[in-house]
Amino acid sequence: MSKFIHYSSLTKKYIMSIAGFFLMMFLIVHLGINLFILPITENHEDVFRNGVEFMTSNPLIKVMEVFLFAAFIIHIIYGAVLQIKNWMSRPVRYRIEGWSHTSFFSKFMIHTGIIVFIFLVIHLMNFYLVKEGFTEALSGPVTVENNHDFYHMAINLFTNTTYSVIYILFIVLLGFHLNHAFQSAFQSLGWNHSRYTPVIKAIGNIYSIVIPLGFILIPLYFIFLY
Amino acid sequence: MNLTLKIWRQENPQAKGRFEKYDVKDISSDASFLEMLDILNEQLIHEGGDPVAFDHDCREGICGACSLYINGRPHGPDTGITVCQMHMRNFRDGSTITIEPWRAKAFPVIKDLMVDRFAFDKIIQAGGYISVNAGSAPDANVIPIPKENAETAMDAAACIGCGACVAACKNASAMLFVSARVSQFAVLPQGKIEAAKRAKSMVAAMDEMGFGNCTNTYACEAECPKNISVSHIARMNREFFIAKVTDSAKK
Ligand code: FES
Repeated sequence: MSKFIHYSSLTKKYIMSIAGFFLMMFLIVHLGINLFILPITENHEDVFRNGVEFMTSNPLIKVMEVFLFAAFIIHIIYGAVLQIKNWMSRPVRYRIEGWSHTSFFSKFMIHTGIIVFIFLVIHLMNFYLVKEGFTEALSGPVTVENNHDFYHMAINLFTNTTYSVIYILFIVLLGFHLNHAFQSAFQSLGWNHSRYTPVIKAIGNIYSIVIPLGFILIPLYFIFLY
Repeated sequence: MNLTLKIWRQENPQAKGRFEKYDVKDISSDASFLEMLDILNEQLIHEGGDPVAFDHDCREGICGACSLYINGRPHGPDTGITVCQMHMRNFRDGSTITIEPWRAKAFPVIKDLMVDRFAFDKIIQAGGYISVNAGSAPDANVIPIPKENAETAMDAAACIGCGACVAACKNASAMLFVSARVSQFAVLPQGKIEAAKRAKSMVAAMDEMGFGNCTNTYACEAECPKNISVSHIARMNREFFIAKVTDSAKK
C-alpha cells in the first residue's frame, strides 16, 4: 500500500490516465445500451433487456467488472492523492491569482470529479446494489418485476422530474470532466505530436459533447415526451 | 504615469509578511518595470525606509533572476518576455498594480519579493553529466544531427530557469522546467547515453523538492517568457516511461 502511494508523480499519472481511458471506453458501452431505453427501434425494450442481461451475467464481463471497479477506485484514490499534494505545494496562496490563460475545465477537475463521484454512488445504489440485493428499487408508475429489471427501474427514476433534472446536471458536469480528461490522458502518457494533438483535442471535444448528450436524451425524453 | 503599488513586504523567511501600499508619480511609460521599482526604492531610501528587495541581474531577459508575480500573472501582463523586459506602457495611468513573490512550497521567500530557487539547482544537479570524448577537441559538425532535433534541443535550452512555470501553475508544478532540461539532451546523440538515468533522477529530485503534480492545465506554457512548449512535458513523460519499463525488463 505504501508503495502504491510512493510511486513517482509521473507513474501515478500514467496509472490515472490508463484507468481514465478504461472508464471512458466503458461509458461508450454504457451509453450504447442505455439508448435502447428510448423507443428508437420496435423491439428496443428487448434489446435493452438483453444488453443488461449480457452485461450482468456474461462471465467475461464479470471479469471486466473487477477491472472496472479497480479502475474507478484507482482513479479516485490517485486523483485525491495527487490533488492533496498539489494543494500542499502552495501553502501560501496568491492575493490575485489565476489570470493566466489555461485550459478552462482543467482547473475544476477535482470539483467535477467529486460531483461525478457522488453521482456514481447514487447510481450504484439505484441499480447495482439493487441487483445485488442490498437495496430496494425505488417505486414509481411501473412495477419492478425483479432485481434485474433495470428497464422498469430506469423508467421509475426518469419519470420523476426532479431526478431527471438532477441527472442532467450531473451528466453536464461529467462532460466538463471528460472534456479535459481525454486530451490530458494522452499528454500524460507522452502522446503529444504537432500534427495529431489537435486531432486528439478535437476528438476529445466531440467525445465530451456527444457522450453526455446521449445520456441526457433519455431524461429529456421522459420529461417532455413520455 | 501615476501608479499605486501593492507590494508584498516580508522582513525575513520566518516573518509573517503583509501587503504595503505605495504611490509612485511621473513614471515614464518607456521605463521598464524594474526601473519603476528602482524609482520607488530611491524614494523609500530618501524617506529613510527599507527598499523593496527583488531579484534581478541581466535586465535583458537572459539570466532568469527577475521573478515578480504581477496582477495574477508571472512576469506581468505581456507574453513571451521576462518582467525586466516589460515596459510600463503595458499599464494604464492611475492603475493599481499588485506585486507578489513566486508562491510555492519549494520556493521559500527570502525577503519581500525574493524567493530561494535552490530547488531548481537541486534538479539540475540530479540531471548529472553527459558523456563526451575527452580527447583533443572534436571537429565541428562531425556528429550529424537532424535539423528538427537540433531545433527542438535549442528550443528546450532556451529555458532560463526563472520559475515562472511553477509560479503560474495552480499546482506549483515544475514539469515545464524539468522537461525542458530533460528534452534539451534527450534528442541529441551526446545526451542519449544518460537519457534514461537523467529522466529518472530529475523527476525524483522534482518530487522530493515538494513541487506539485502536473494536471495539464498549461498555464506554464502560456506564461513562460521563453515560450517553451508543453510538448517537452510529453517527451519527458515518454522518456521516464521508457526508462522505467527498461528498468523492470532488466530486472
Ligand atoms: S533580470 Fe535577467 S532575466 Fe530579468
